[in-house]
Amino acid sequence: MTAPANAGRRVFLVRLTQGAALAASGGLVWTYVLRSEARASPFALRPPGALAEPDFNALCIKCGQCVNACPYDTLRLATAWDSRPIGSPYFLPRETPCYMCTDIPCLKACPTGALSPQLKDIRDARMGLAVIDIENCLSWNGMRCEICYLTCPVRGRAITVERRTGPEGTHARLVPIVHSDHCTGCGVCEKKCPTQEAAIKVVQADLVKGDMGEHYRLMREGITPGAAPPAPAVPPAAGPDRRPAVPGLDVLNQGL
Amino acid sequence: MSLNRREFLKSSIAATTAATVGMPLTAEAQATARGGDPSWHWEKGVCRFCGTGCGLLIASKDGRVVAQRADPDNPVNRGYQCVKGYFNAKIMYGKDRLTQPLMRMKDGKFDKRGKFVPVTWEQAFDEMERQFRKAYAEKGPTGVAMLASAQKTVQEGYAINKLFKAGWRSNNIDPNARNCMASAVAAFYSVFGTDEPAGCYDDIEHTDTMILWGANMAEMHTVLWSRILNRRLGNPNVRVVNLTTFGNMSSDGADLEIIFKPNTDLAIQNYIAREIIARGAVNWDFVNKHCVFVTGPYDIGYGMRPTDKYAFPAERDVQAKELRVKLDKYEAIAQRRKEGEVVEQKNTANPAAHWLITFDDFKRAVEPYTLDFVAELAKGDPDEPLESFKAKLRQLADLYIDPKRKVVSFWTMGFNQHVRGTWVNEQCYMNHLLLGKHSQPGNGAFSLTGQPSACGTAREVGVFAHRLPADRLIANAAHREFTEKQWKLPPKTLNPVPGSFYAKILRDLEDGSVKWLWVMLNNPFQSHPNLNHWLRAAREMDNFIVCSDAYPSVSAKVADLILPAAMIFEKWGCYGNAERRTQMWRQSVRAPGEARPDLWQILEFSKRFKVKDFWGEQRVPGLKVEGYPEGRLPSVLEEAVRMGYSPEMTLYEALFATPENTKYKWPDPVGRKQPNSVAELLGDGWFPEKALWQEYVPFGRGVGKDLADFDVYLRDDVRGLKWPVVDGKEVHWRFNEQYDPYVKKGAGFEFYGKLFKAIPRGDLDKVTDPTPVSVAGKAKIFYRPYAAPVEQPDDNYDLWLCTGRVLEHWHTGTMTRRVPELHRAFPAAVLWMHPEDAKARGLKRDDLVWLESRRGKIQVRVETGGRNRMPRGYVYAPFFDEGVLVNKIVIDAACPISKESDYKKSAVKVYKA
Amino acid sequence: MSEHALDRANPAAGRPVRLYTPPASLGGRLWSWRYLILRRVCQLGVLLMFFGTAHWGWSVAGAPLLTGNLSASEFAGLIPMTDPFAALQILLTRHMLATEALLGVGIVLAFYALVGGRVFCAWVCPVNMVTDLAGWLQARLGLANVLHLNRNLRYYGLALALVLSALTGLAAFEWVSPIAMLHRELIFGVGMGLTGVAGIFLFDLLVLKHGWCGHLCPLGAFYALLGRTAQLRVRFDARTCTRCGECIRFCPEPQVLKLDQAAAAGMVASGECTNCLRCVPICPEGSLSFDLRALIPRHNAQPLKPD
Repeated sequence: MTAPANAGRRVFLVRLTQGAALAASGGLVWTYVLRSEARASPFALRPPGALAEPDFNALCIKCGQCVNACPYDTLRLATAWDSRPIGSPYFLPRETPCYMCTDIPCLKACPTGALSPQLKDIRDARMGLAVIDIENCLSWNGMRCEICYLTCPVRGRAITVERRTGPEGTHARLVPIVHSDHCTGCGVCEKKCPTQEAAIKVVQADLVKGDMGEHYRLMREGITPGAAPPAPAVPPAAGPDRRPAVPGLDVLNQGL
Repeated sequence: MSLNRREFLKSSIAATTAATVGMPLTAEAQATARGGDPSWHWEKGVCRFCGTGCGLLIASKDGRVVAQRADPDNPVNRGYQCVKGYFNAKIMYGKDRLTQPLMRMKDGKFDKRGKFVPVTWEQAFDEMERQFRKAYAEKGPTGVAMLASAQKTVQEGYAINKLFKAGWRSNNIDPNARNCMASAVAAFYSVFGTDEPAGCYDDIEHTDTMILWGANMAEMHTVLWSRILNRRLGNPNVRVVNLTTFGNMSSDGADLEIIFKPNTDLAIQNYIAREIIARGAVNWDFVNKHCVFVTGPYDIGYGMRPTDKYAFPAERDVQAKELRVKLDKYEAIAQRRKEGEVVEQKNTANPAAHWLITFDDFKRAVEPYTLDFVAELAKGDPDEPLESFKAKLRQLADLYIDPKRKVVSFWTMGFNQHVRGTWVNEQCYMNHLLLGKHSQPGNGAFSLTGQPSACGTAREVGVFAHRLPADRLIANAAHREFTEKQWKLPPKTLNPVPGSFYAKILRDLEDGSVKWLWVMLNNPFQSHPNLNHWLRAAREMDNFIVCSDAYPSVSAKVADLILPAAMIFEKWGCYGNAERRTQMWRQSVRAPGEARPDLWQILEFSKRFKVKDFWGEQRVPGLKVEGYPEGRLPSVLEEAVRMGYSPEMTLYEALFATPENTKYKWPDPVGRKQPNSVAELLGDGWFPEKALWQEYVPFGRGVGKDLADFDVYLRDDVRGLKWPVVDGKEVHWRFNEQYDPYVKKGAGFEFYGKLFKAIPRGDLDKVTDPTPVSVAGKAKIFYRPYAAPVEQPDDNYDLWLCTGRVLEHWHTGTMTRRVPELHRAFPAAVLWMHPEDAKARGLKRDDLVWLESRRGKIQVRVETGGRNRMPRGYVYAPFFDEGVLVNKIVIDAACPISKESDYKKSAVKVYKA
Repeated sequence: MSEHALDRANPAAGRPVRLYTPPASLGGRLWSWRYLILRRVCQLGVLLMFFGTAHWGWSVAGAPLLTGNLSASEFAGLIPMTDPFAALQILLTRHMLATEALLGVGIVLAFYALVGGRVFCAWVCPVNMVTDLAGWLQARLGLANVLHLNRNLRYYGLALALVLSALTGLAAFEWVSPIAMLHRELIFGVGMGLTGVAGIFLFDLLVLKHGWCGHLCPLGAFYALLGRTAQLRVRFDARTCTRCGECIRFCPEPQVLKLDQAAAAGMVASGECTNCLRCVPICPEGSLSFDLRALIPRHNAQPLKPD
């Protein structure tokens, strides 16, 4: 090999390394920004029909056509430095809640499918979940308010009022309770709540919902003791056996 | 941008931690959380809104109410409130609070066509006086009027009553309580001879059975509803029944919901009476000792004008029923007549007349009210099977009759605002008396009130066109004489002719017989039915309307002069609630700007008139009363001079700042350094609120209406007292020997009310022996028949319209709509409608529609869901929203006895706007 | 001009070199700005249609006139348009777009493939107005560039955007794009996104002329690649050109005016040419004109009228 050719190769290799380093560092910074934007997702209430956050974040093209379509100016797009992912649609129920149009125009306007056309009935929307701060809720403190219950568009299912005897033995409490299987997260309750800072707030359900676990079922309909399960059409294929050859042996031989 | 969110995360985590682990807060933060700033001054108060009378504690600082809490020591509410009550501290601070007198002016002087311009109090009173003198000179005492209020404090009511009746010798003063409680009052008078309930709220904790008749307590008497539910929850045997014309929030907490057709409550009550008799359940021991059977005429009209001169063309067909009515099938059976018979309404002038009948007559009268008949007539929900409705009626009767059950019946506007309001009130007592279930803990018929001082001010003080303080009547010579003596007036100073009732004052305005009207603390031009007439009368007739209000209400808008008023905690006051509890409060703060207490307005205005202006002879056309010259009020000036008055004395000196009253000096230790705007503004050193109270108290002493002294009510350990307060002790159950010292020893019960206790005898149709028989000490069991509502849906106006309140707002929303939180919660009135009715009209939820009746039309949005479940054919609209003046649509028919308007039954149509 | 040494002598022309002199009359000057003015009208018009639809309810035949923004939009409730670069990024996140968006991609691709990809940059993109202003101001203030960047950097950016989209599951450029930010906030409400644009402005003004659009913008890079097939081109008549260099002086992407290559092709062939047509009116010889690619060989075969 001639010297110039060697030099040329070295220059090429150096360039390549430099370029890779530049791309890598640029890419790292870029990724950091993206991650920190996406991390804000749990704080945004999405329009009805929005896919689960990772999918929604990927698919939403931030065009604002849902915003155009909303007749109540409920929806808005996050601006930069907003504490919600930039450019994505969201709403602030305390300012303007979702009034649950039966024809769901925002969803119809979405070109990408980030708002899923699978949602047909607005009552099946799950924009968020209303959560009551029972320490500051008037009704939970024995006042006769129940405005959240009275104004809930899915009143009687999403929010019910439970009657409880009062601690003084004179005045019952009529306490509102939210049911996540019906709450659409429209936020009318948060809008109407008369306390200074709303005592009922809508948040993304994941932030507050627990999960009892697959192995346990509360007593609900559909459990019949002794009923044999229907025979599977195809017997389940035996999976690879991942157990250690002699379970427990390693522990036993570990010594004390 | 990520920083923002991280901070958000961090702070929310911190808050959660503090809440769960109980991290100690700083002392300052703790103080704020508990009782507020230590520099706040707390005073006890009363809720400004409904008749429940919840106790409050009010905190003020630097001349401003800064906080409020429900009073945990008040037995009414035990520290609880509804969401309206929660905002009492904010109602004074709406952005458009009136702070200056405003008068319609053009070219520097008053002009009815002018625009409102700020004026001084001096200018305002000058014009008000000039117009008053003009009207009085032209029309006499009946040419001036006041639409008063059950939201006035006792002292305000007492003062204006005295100014009108004693000073101006005019009885043209009637409160909005007329449209609220008059039917209850009329029934209290006719059944017991004295006003106001026998029982108290403690009945809730004593009873097994609570029957709601036209009272949606869950929304309208919210705190009492919590008490009812508490009783229900803790005791599986307790039953709550909601009788209503549409499904509402009270149904949600009731064991039994009975939806009946408007006015058929009259038939249901008679069905229960028939069952009581048929099942042999009459408590003969009680009935024989304490009751008599009575009835009265049926042909009493509907409280409308007897002429169609002022009716809109579309109103004429209904208005004609005031004169003659063709009986429908059900009325015919219920009144033992023939279907289609035309009945001349001959007893419109004396609808309250009644006479003794025998039990056999009574039994014969209720005989037609069989289950089959009543169920067919009364079933209100077209989608309910008849058998289910019958079963419910049977259950209702079972609950009343079950000897092991205690029963309380509650009602408010469903009964009172009723073309037969007095009748249906009387019927409720009928059943309780037949069963002997009255005036005992947990047993009784309990009339609830809608306004904070319907009892305390309007009724007890007698701020009605026909009343004087403490159950006394204008038309009763002995009562006038007593009152004149108390007020130190020359005999025959008082005008013996009752004045115009509330609706009549507005009608007088329309026909030009009233020329000067003072509207104080209420909003007739939004709240009285058939508004188009009165709005036009106010603006187009030659008259002068003064409106004292804190906010620019509809009534202020149609007035000629607006006087800015101080609000509840900006003055000293006293309210009386539905359980006879009298509660007082000290002034906490001063009113903003030039706004001044109503009491000052009354007293200050009285300074402008002299004794000689009114106590000389006055022309009163049509006056024909024994002992008075025809058509005139005699001059009492000579006698007045003999009594020490001078003709040049002002009414202020003659009626208010009397030597007895000015003995009560301001400042007074009871004032605890709190302000007193009235005393400060008058500046002559007396304490009007205390003096007037002390002057008023003797009216009730010894007649079962005893009140305690002023200072007692302001004691820190007193949270109001239920009258009669005898020997410092309140009475929980009236007419019951165990509790009421007024009952004769050994009598067990005594219905000692004195009014209408000498009546003739007769049969079911007429008086047969006019000689009055004394029924002293007895309560009357009335037979009253079913009567159809005067206006019913037809092919054109095909829906029933009912109006009323909602939980979030109170009455015409003048105050609650100024609270941003309440406004946000319920910004505009809606029209509740059955979804099928909406669909049939091509409507859906939220559509803007025209709501039209014979009297006008308005626009409103449709609500097919929400808290009320309307049966098909029935719509409901609240009246709080001045943007939806539903009272333009409502018929102004009324109970002919009580003159209380029926807001619950208009025929309307609804179509897309 | 620093970038490209220019051989000012064109033996083929055999004419003296004349420099561009702006017309004295206002009318003349306006005429010389005709494409510039048209572009501004176009850019602002598009913006206005979006804004009017969002805020004043503009509509056509009952349907909203133009909803959305440059990322995705719909004209008259009928014609969807989708930013193909954004769509590509989304597809790389392994998410399938709904049909409407794909149709919109097709429409936009077809349009720009025809008229020139970077027509978007010069005629539609709102950032262009900002960077043009910065460029103009830089010249007026006589500021020098403090940094030199390779104009191919944008292609690295483009590649990185696509790689990161696949890696992070987020449309990488869309989430940080100052273009989208500016447009969105102009239409849907102003926020801090405008600071990004301010950054571009300052960068272009103080650091590097045409720094963003000419060197960094991945979207521009995407459209440059797309623009290679453009049917609308700037025709170059090598015979009349005196190589005075005025076109290069005015051109925001001067590298596209490699006149030797242009002479060979008979046109400005580079996809990086934005078809802004700034060069056309200022060429003293009239050697540059706007033309359809298919007609260029025929037109260039005709001798130019002598002036």
